[in-house]
Amino acid sequence: MRAYEILLRFYPASFRAEYGEEMRGIWARRRRDASGPPAVAALWIATVFEVLSNAAAVHWDILRQDLRYTVRTLARSPGFALTAVLVLALGVGANTAAFSVTDFVLIRPLPFPEPDRLVALWEKVPGYKMELSPSNYVDWKHMSKSFERMGAYVETSVNLVGQGDPEHLEGATVTADLLPLLGVQPMMGRVFTAAEDREGAPGTLLLSYQLWQAVFGGDAGVIGRRVNLDNEPFVVIGVMPRDFHFPSRNAELWTPMRFREHSDDFRDRNNNYLSVVARLKRGVSLAQAGAEMGVVTAQLERQFPKENAQTRAFVNLLRDELPQQSRLLLMALTGAALCVLTIACANLANLLLARGLARQRELAVRSAMGAGRERLVRQLVTESLVLALAGGALGVLVASAAVPLLARLVPASLPIAQSPSIDLRVLIFAGLISGLTGIGFGVLPAQRLCRQGDFSALREGTRAGGGRKERLRSVLVIAEVTASVVLLVSAGLLVRALWRIEGTDPGFRTDGVLTLQTALPMPKYDETARRAGFYTRVLSAVRALPGVSSAAYISYLPMVRTGGIWPATPEGQPVEIQRSGSHQASLRFVTPGFFATLGIPLHRGRDVAESDTIDAPFASVVSESFVRRYWPDQDPLGRHFKMAFHDRMVVGVVGDIRVRGLERPSEPQVYLPYRQVQDGSLEGYVPNDLVMHSASRPEALLPAVRQIIRGADSEQPVSDVRTMADIVQEQTASRAAQVRVLGAFAAIAFLLAGVGIHGLLSFAVSRRTQEIGVRIALGAQRGEIVQMIVRQGALLASAGVMLGIVLAYAAGRAMEGLLAGVQPGDALTFASAVGLCVMMTVLGSLLPALRAVRIDPIQAIRSE
Amino acid sequence: MGNTLPQPDSLLPLPPATFHILLAVAEEDLHGYAIIQDVAARTNGELKLSAGTLYRSIQRMLEQGLIVETQDRPAPELDDERRRYYRITPFGADVARAEARRLTQLVRMARDRGFVAGRA
Repeated sequence: MRAYEILLRFYPASFRAEYGEEMRGIWARRRRDASGPPAVAALWIATVFEVLSNAAAVHWDILRQDLRYTVRTLARSPGFALTAVLVLALGVGANTAAFSVTDFVLIRPLPFPEPDRLVALWEKVPGYKMELSPSNYVDWKHMSKSFERMGAYVETSVNLVGQGDPEHLEGATVTADLLPLLGVQPMMGRVFTAAEDREGAPGTLLLSYQLWQAVFGGDAGVIGRRVNLDNEPFVVIGVMPRDFHFPSRNAELWTPMRFREHSDDFRDRNNNYLSVVARLKRGVSLAQAGAEMGVVTAQLERQFPKENAQTRAFVNLLRDELPQQSRLLLMALTGAALCVLTIACANLANLLLARGLARQRELAVRSAMGAGRERLVRQLVTESLVLALAGGALGVLVASAAVPLLARLVPASLPIAQSPSIDLRVLIFAGLISGLTGIGFGVLPAQRLCRQGDFSALREGTRAGGGRKERLRSVLVIAEVTASVVLLVSAGLLVRALWRIEGTDPGFRTDGVLTLQTALPMPKYDETARRAGFYTRVLSAVRALPGVSSAAYISYLPMVRTGGIWPATPEGQPVEIQRSGSHQASLRFVTPGFFATLGIPLHRGRDVAESDTIDAPFASVVSESFVRRYWPDQDPLGRHFKMAFHDRMVVGVVGDIRVRGLERPSEPQVYLPYRQVQDGSLEGYVPNDLVMHSASRPEALLPAVRQIIRGADSEQPVSDVRTMADIVQEQTASRAAQVRVLGAFAAIAFLLAGVGIHGLLSFAVSRRTQEIGVRIALGAQRGEIVQMIVRQGALLASAGVMLGIVLAYAAGRAMEGLLAGVQPGDALTFASAVGLCVMMTVLGSLLPALRAVRIDPIQAIRSE
Repeated sequence: MGNTLPQPDSLLPLPPATFHILLAVAEEDLHGYAIIQDVAARTNGELKLSAGTLYRSIQRMLEQGLIVETQDRPAPELDDERRRYYRITPFGADVARAEARRLTQLVRMARDRGFVAGRA
């Protein structure tokens, strides 16, 4: 009998209460009639099956009834239904969008097999982390035992010639180990063999799916095709799968590394340019690998005390190779979305409570007609679930419209696609939060309503409902105001930070400067004189264009490529310390006219000159911070320092520029004359970026400039055409996107909180109609009535504002890293947010107050 | 809950259990177990309603207005206080007749096609 009792629990309580007794009776008889174990077993099996299917059917019956009833009641109050659905859609939409991006960037494992065994390795000197030099890479790889495989890559860009227009493409040269290490298979063909990754091996090439489609038209016979990359022949050996992005999503082709044993590659242990990835052996933890690398690097330091001074390894999960700022941006976004959801939930709960109070008579009638409490609660929960699911569905639509706008927050440096999609995971998330909201904020009011028990509403008329519910509703409104203050302040702080960053002087002119890249291929241009010929032809023609005031070439535009760092050793300083970060400087080769083109002030001495040839004394122009570092309060002109294999003399001093971008401190800058470099040396520093300044719209110059370049070298592609203003604006693009999103969230929150206050007060007024009528009849002034209503709103708002200020300050502290120096307690921001909340309270209270004033005392008293 | 009665035809076809229960309570008020026994007897034991099916059907039939719970009790010596007795309503009788008509027509059509043995 006990077992049957448990089975009966599958039925709804109301059904059990109604028929349980008799069902138990019938079952007892059947059990008595069954003789012998087989018959008893058969009865049990049949009973279990019967109870489960019937219980499901009964539940379904009730659900259908409740749904029908819900549709009818909601149709009777479309205003309520619409408000609830919209409020929820905003809450769910904001969270679904935030989740889809956060999940995509922060949570989801990288798209490789066993991604938690993939690590990145860096060289670490005090205060700095950097790429590996080939010599150290080879030693690390051979000396360490923690890794199954280790591989290296360098991001490169090459010119593809001979397939239609010359194209400039991003890609990577990789060691043969790299792709097997990641665990990816090509979609077609094969990956590199060790033999193809040797010095002198013929060129082989892997295409990305996108490149295969765009340039080779998806030709299935592409394997074995010969192409020219930077004038060197390569053979296509495979096509990678569509969703393979490595090292970043811009990579379109891969070639083998083919280290050259007797070149710059291995000449200098401080020639750091290799990015290194490894796969941990099974069972080896990150910490163990880190410890082992500590031993390996200490050994190498003893072996090479000068070059490897204080050099250690930094081993990091590949998943965590994410800029701290991206992480913070996304966390702020998620926090803001949760605030919006909180407000949406509070609003929904308040709506349901208010509606529940108004429906007490109806509930009382249904209860009197024999509906059990469980059935009433169930009905109310069904109602809120229907609202929640409708809101959730609309929310997913909102989210799918919003996600493309959030794609800017996906950092390009991750090996994942640009844009997250609304997939099953995200849908499940949306369903979960809608469901939880529906149940959570439907059950609460329903329980409260039905706990009344005796449903005094029938007797007492509309005044029933007591102060407890009023208190709960007030708490909800306070929560809404709190959350909206937090959002307003956070959005405000970020806007201030954005303005501050946008107001930062980059140190160079941004107006009227057009830039483009002509990546000169090697070995075609490995002779300095040949390059000089190209630059001279292009620059003299460009300078002759109408409107162009100056033009120049540089290696690496500021803010575009932030690397290119080299230690500098001034004369008289010991060489041993050169590795520590405090001697790093940003190194660039330039043609004459670069400073004039970018408007960088020349403070002392002269610009680099055409006469600074390989036979002349090696000259350099340095920035003011470089002078401050080595020769404070002294005349820097004529001083010497060693950098990039040569002794250089300072001939000029220019203003500092923000090489690393608006938000990061930059190393001091050193500019060297483009002719003072040995043939075939420092090929990574070949000036490839053309800059020109024009008084009129610089974009208009482009067709003429293209023609000039074609005239100088018909095979030379042009890429990355941008204005300097674009480049600087790009610096704040993800911030601007985030501020827009957060601002939208704050606006939604603000609106919802206002609606919340308005709703609560309107309801209070309508329930106090009689009381107010009596007050008016007894001679209360209209002003007093208004005051009474507004005071109620103001009390709630000030409690919310107080709490909000505390939380907003905490939120500000948490995202201090994003604030670019704006104080988390910025008074102006807080004052504006509080001011807005006061405005919202007044507006929210005004309508209900006016309604209260218009109450006709005679009507109000008579109505009962 | 305060339903106005629909057209009898709108409930057709009736689930077999419902039809059998209507037949069982057609002549006299019965309690649940008696309905089960009656159905079993009339079908020669082929249809043995389970308690769950019975009461689920009863609940739905009450809502549809096909039967009512009666307050009249049988003679005290036959009565068991725990039991509820059900009675067919006039609407229930209409529905049962409509269902019977539907089934008859069906059988007639089957006979025309020669699927039923017996008189033509």
